[in-house]
Amino acid sequence: MGVFLSIQEQTTVRTLFALLSFLSLYGCGYDENISLNNKSIVYCSEGVPEGFNPQTVTSGVTIDVTSNQLYNRLITYDKDETTIIPALAKSWHVTKDGKKVTFYLRRDVNFHQTNYFTPTRTLNSDDVIFSFERILNSEHPYYISAGGKFPFFQSVEFGKLINNIERINDYTVRFNLNQADSTILANLASDFAIILSKEYADTLAQYNFHTNIDSSPIGTGPFKLKSYRAGSYIKYVPHESYWGNKSTIEQLIFDITPNSYTRLTKLLAKECDIISYPIAHEKIDQRPDLTLDEKTSFNIGYLGFNTQKPPFNNKVVRKAIAHAINKQAILETVYFSQAENASTIIPKTSWAYDSTIQTPEYSIEQAKKLLAQAGFEGGFEMDLWAMPVQRPYNPDARTMAKLIQADLAKVNIKVNIIRDYEWSKFLGLLAEGRHQSVLLGWSADHPDPDNFFTPLLSCASALTGNNRTFWCNGEFDNILANALLINDIAQRKRYYKEALSILADEMPLIPIAHSKRYQARKKIVKGEILNAFGGIDFTNVSKN
Amino acid sequence: MLIFSLRRLNLFLFTIILLTLLSFSLSFLFPGNQLVNISGQVNATDEQLAIIGESYNQGGSLISQYFAYLSHILSGDMGLSMSSQTPIFNEILIHLPATIELTLVALIIAMAFGIPLGFIAAIKHRSKVDDTVLTISMLGYSIPVFWLGLLVILIFSIQLGWFPSSGQISLLFEIEHVTGLLLIDIMLSDDPFKWQAFQNALAHLVLPAVVVALAPATIFIRLARTAMMQVLESHYIKAASAKGLSFRQIIYRHAIRNAMVNVIRDVGLQFANLVTLAMVTEVIFSWPGIGRWLIESIYQRDFTAIQGGLLVLSSYIFIVHILTDFIYAGLNPIARGKKYGS
Repeated sequence: MGVFLSIQEQTTVRTLFALLSFLSLYGCGYDENISLNNKSIVYCSEGVPEGFNPQTVTSGVTIDVTSNQLYNRLITYDKDETTIIPALAKSWHVTKDGKKVTFYLRRDVNFHQTNYFTPTRTLNSDDVIFSFERILNSEHPYYISAGGKFPFFQSVEFGKLINNIERINDYTVRFNLNQADSTILANLASDFAIILSKEYADTLAQYNFHTNIDSSPIGTGPFKLKSYRAGSYIKYVPHESYWGNKSTIEQLIFDITPNSYTRLTKLLAKECDIISYPIAHEKIDQRPDLTLDEKTSFNIGYLGFNTQKPPFNNKVVRKAIAHAINKQAILETVYFSQAENASTIIPKTSWAYDSTIQTPEYSIEQAKKLLAQAGFEGGFEMDLWAMPVQRPYNPDARTMAKLIQADLAKVNIKVNIIRDYEWSKFLGLLAEGRHQSVLLGWSADHPDPDNFFTPLLSCASALTGNNRTFWCNGEFDNILANALLINDIAQRKRYYKEALSILADEMPLIPIAHSKRYQARKKIVKGEILNAFGGIDFTNVSKN
Repeated sequence: MLIFSLRRLNLFLFTIILLTLLSFSLSFLFPGNQLVNISGQVNATDEQLAIIGESYNQGGSLISQYFAYLSHILSGDMGLSMSSQTPIFNEILIHLPATIELTLVALIIAMAFGIPLGFIAAIKHRSKVDDTVLTISMLGYSIPVFWLGLLVILIFSIQLGWFPSSGQISLLFEIEHVTGLLLIDIMLSDDPFKWQAFQNALAHLVLPAVVVALAPATIFIRLARTAMMQVLESHYIKAASAKGLSFRQIIYRHAIRNAMVNVIRDVGLQFANLVTLAMVTEVIFSWPGIGRWLIESIYQRDFTAIQGGLLVLSSYIFIVHILTDFIYAGLNPIARGKKYGS
């Protein structure tokens, strides 16, 4: 048998070559007609989602995976990210006193049909009521199944705001509020306020599988879950009876790749169509077939002063510090230039941004002059609390604190950095006002500019301790209240300009940076994916 | 041949017994509770642990404990993974086929390139061809596999974009798990995109298989070269030459066959080396094989997985070793007469 081995071997090699070339030719012919690759999008994401329901989380990873892909809200934001437009509700009406909000639902909304659930009816009022009841009613079985954790809704005190939700008829629901609040629409348009299927919930309840509602999702969104392997990948396919514009791709795959070097390699090796949070931007720019997207996020990283404690009860001292800090150096060192220098708390992409209002320029002389004016020629000693966790708006508070320490040493101010507390304790102590100054930030939940002003700097939030500066200004509060009463954007913009100039004069906090979110993709992938706030959206993505 | 087979079977049994003994003793050597180490039940209550202890014959002597362990293994129960709490046996069923596929393809590549090159070098002994082949084999043998892996990714995945850098197949394709051997599963599936999937899987296989194959290929070059040189100097070749056979006839009819026999003998030995290389390569190429799984388990201090993984991986190497022995015996009648397994 061995005599022919070499010949056999040769034959084998020859056959193998023939087979390979046949396959490649065959494959090429195939490619031109229907290549699976041309109809699929592979998104290499940075983390594992905690579940498949945005109601129960605040983590960006989970929001990215779920909100815009699997679900819809009653209302949503337009492309310009400022106007609220219809979604599952085809229209809505707010009464004059602002206490009743009525939604008129679309009649053609289908839920996902998957191998674990087949819907028998379209969306109606029951689904809307169920979706919010589970958040509001602490005895609801689906409130219990989620462990009572609805962090977004709890942080905006949704329970206090809503008196009840009324079913007018099959396609009309009314939210009765305890008091008027112009942010209710913004909250209902946020990524968290998604609508679930009551029919699915009832089916699960029969088998006592309550927790499946958050892990095996059924929604109304443009994609539905096909398969998920924990920690490895998520596969979505288009929802064939979606009520809106149907996606043109056949598969949407989240390839979970936590390592940022691996993500970059997979992009360069053409294994991913899109990657989140890319590193080595220059490398990506060099490649003609790749492109880098960036979007300034609706967030703000700041240095806040406890205005109740000396010496920061004096606005001259606060301004002096603003002059003494080299923000450019912070942007380069802490944010690696992946952030925008913040002149006010409002990012440039918001309609409330006003370019005429700027923060003080970096000038040691000016700072010294102001300090002398306030009677601190010899400087002083201060505590600076640096947040112990990483957030997009402040990726490294300790380094930032050290840079500020060095800057302020030049004007004879000695900075003690406080960083020994873990996050929840840290926030607790801040709420009690134990700090003198603090490095912190804020991410907006929706694009209404009020979401920057009221939670951060109003008197009401100074009382609850959420306003870490404890700065309370009657005039400023009045302006905010007036701005909430009207709907005309030009008019509101005038109010917010006034509010911003009060802040520039009073300087209860020094805005430092609005971080940017990046993603890299192949140029053949078309369509907007990144949003300034909230999660990514694949609805309009296609490949050509 | 029967006696030969019995001897091999005997050797196999004893080796397996030794391996299970080693794996069993590891559960004592690892830190922590031995029962937890062997069963992987990290969250079990005391009562549950007592029941598990019963099944592992904890009250009895060490020898009876070992036999209890053996019966667990034979019934496919290798305990639970300490980190994921899934049965080790299932994890192995998922991961082992990927490694089998990678190592077998790498072995074929190493033999297909190494052996002919070695023969050529021997035939052209002391010529430039010989020197070149020897230099290449020296170089190839000296390159560390992790460096080579990164290098080929850099060149062929990132710069040229010819081959993918990670995984076994693109996530685009959904292939049903039948045998676990992906290429075979693709052929068995009735997916409309079957051929695209096959191409894609082949493209994924090329780089890791070549990386794993390089070092063994260089060894095959030298083995084949030495074997061929020995054969060419033997008397029957001289006799054939004296009979007036052409050089080509001598090589094809006599030399290659006899040289091959000596090379085949060492394939089994080289296979162990190849599997070690494959473990490192699996990590670099994110190949979903048992080597990568085992290395991850080591990082996670997943003792149950380490024990199970080691046992299965070494059995796999040993089975291939014995298979090559059979092939060797099939090719070489003299070997069948040898009395002791080696």
